[in-house]
Amino acid sequence: MAIERRELVPLSVDVALGDTQRPTARRGFRWSTLLGRGAFYLVAIILSAAFIGPFLFTVTTSFKAPNEIYVFPPRFFPSQWLWSNYPQAWTQAPFALFFTNTIIITLLAMTGQIVSATLVAYGFARFRFPGRDALFLLVISTLILPEEAVIIPTFLMFKAVGWLDTWFPLIVPAYFGGGAFSIFLLRQFFLTLPREMDEAAEIDGASSRRILWTIVVPLSKPAMATLAIFSFIGHWNSFFLPLIYLNTTSKFTISLGLSYYQNVATAGGPATEQLLMAAACTATLPIIVVFFVFQRQFVQGIVLSGIKG
Amino acid sequence: MIAKIAPHRRWGLGKRKALEGYLYISPFLLGFVLFILGPALASAYVSLTDYNALSAPNFVGLANYIKAFRGDPLFWVSIGNTVYYAVIAVPLSLLGALGCAVLLNQRMKLRAAFRTMFFLPSITPIVASTLLWMWILNPDFGLLNYVLSMIGISGPKWLGSTEWSKPALILIYLWGSMGGGAMIIFLAGLQGVPHEMHESAAIDGANLWHRFTNITIPLLTPSIFFNLVLGLIGGLRVFTVAFVATNGGPSYATYFFILHLFNQAFLYLEMGYGSALAWIFTFFVLALTAVEFRLSDRWVYYAGQD
Repeated sequence: MAIERRELVPLSVDVALGDTQRPTARRGFRWSTLLGRGAFYLVAIILSAAFIGPFLFTVTTSFKAPNEIYVFPPRFFPSQWLWSNYPQAWTQAPFALFFTNTIIITLLAMTGQIVSATLVAYGFARFRFPGRDALFLLVISTLILPEEAVIIPTFLMFKAVGWLDTWFPLIVPAYFGGGAFSIFLLRQFFLTLPREMDEAAEIDGASSRRILWTIVVPLSKPAMATLAIFSFIGHWNSFFLPLIYLNTTSKFTISLGLSYYQNVATAGGPATEQLLMAAACTATLPIIVVFFVFQRQFVQGIVLSGIKG
Repeated sequence: MIAKIAPHRRWGLGKRKALEGYLYISPFLLGFVLFILGPALASAYVSLTDYNALSAPNFVGLANYIKAFRGDPLFWVSIGNTVYYAVIAVPLSLLGALGCAVLLNQRMKLRAAFRTMFFLPSITPIVASTLLWMWILNPDFGLLNYVLSMIGISGPKWLGSTEWSKPALILIYLWGSMGGGAMIIFLAGLQGVPHEMHESAAIDGANLWHRFTNITIPLLTPSIFFNLVLGLIGGLRVFTVAFVATNGGPSYATYFFILHLFNQAFLYLEMGYGSALAWIFTFFVLALTAVEFRLSDRWVYYAGQD
């Protein structure tokens, strides 16, 4: 079946993030001429500068004094590093609160996504039942359905149950399967685990629930870590749904708070660019920390599993 | 005796296991009905009414759809902008992602560090990266126009210009997507290219470019296809960057389809009309994806497929 092969592609996501690549000894021997090597590193460095430069400029801007913002030519580094921009931004808008809100929402939604995707993926990977393949195809096909298609009735539904301006619409749906990508990722991983262990446990009388939590899940930590990082980033960065569902400032997430702060700041007069940048850095920092912490997990997962597209 | 019972028992066990299977996937089934199928049907009905969230809906037939195609100039403006954006941004981004992946696939020092630097923009919260770029694209004090001025180019007004605001948003998209998921998928694909193939082709005298286009690219077509399908869907859904940076302006130059949908449904509370827009959008995305799948047989190569 053609779709089976296509499905294999996203699975490799974590493979490529790790350092499992064998040394490409002879490939591209032309690169290895000295000139070629130099040009090659130059391209890599220019690209890195293009990717990272805007970041660094944001960070340095966030430490500048107001009178160093609107100058031409722009100076990359502030003459004096003004740490007070951060507390100032944090008091102009309740960023500590936005931060806490986002952490709570992200953790609750993440939990739901991981737990329910684990259950569903286990069902698809380890059980035979009529219609299983068709249902799995249905899971995959929801990948191409744009979220906007159903946003209005979903909004009306949450309105009917009185959940507007609450966090429920951002959290509760995550507990219903966790989305096609999560199910797919875990199911593919579960399929690579040897069945002999579950079978032995089953003969010993272990229930499927027990096999799942004591055998399958512990063996799947790498895939879980992959899912956890995707889930964290997804929920942390989410903007459209909080924008639609939340009205009260004190309930805002960090992305929504940032957009709110931008509008308030624009209305409040000039020279707040450095504060806006401080706020943007604040919103981004957790993502970067999580990424670096989990990057190791990725690598471990690849060594353990050896899955490959 | 045992032989007689065993098949019977096994059948019973199979049935029990099937039930268990359904139980495990039930969160998905419930979620599908509650959050996809149900809303999709509801949306189809709402799109045939004049519902505005304040008064009871009246059935108006296809009026909302006719209004979209015939009586709403912003509908066509937003479609034009969205197609312009997706058709330019997505292929460029994929090309860039492929280039980055090829680069990172080479044997090099600090590869992990380069990969991390390429990857970071793609996980930045989009509101934060939009604010960051608004500052860099600032016509008078921004870094980009300064860099351009060093090579003698007087930079445009970017987000403030009807001509350059879409390219500016495309630039932001490229920055945030080139080193992201698509690149990672290409990297994984590249690692699946057997280098024996490259070696034997090299012995036969094929140069680097020929080997790239005749070996690497065909073997990568599944990854290209996958990235193209999901990339185009993502590109057509562009919303946040325009909402934050331009709110559709100047003069509707960055007024995208989802922005139109959002304004109709959640600003003016035209839920009926908004639902019609959502259905038109969904139909368009699904049709496009179907065409991509249909055409994929002509160019996507699945190694080892019977």
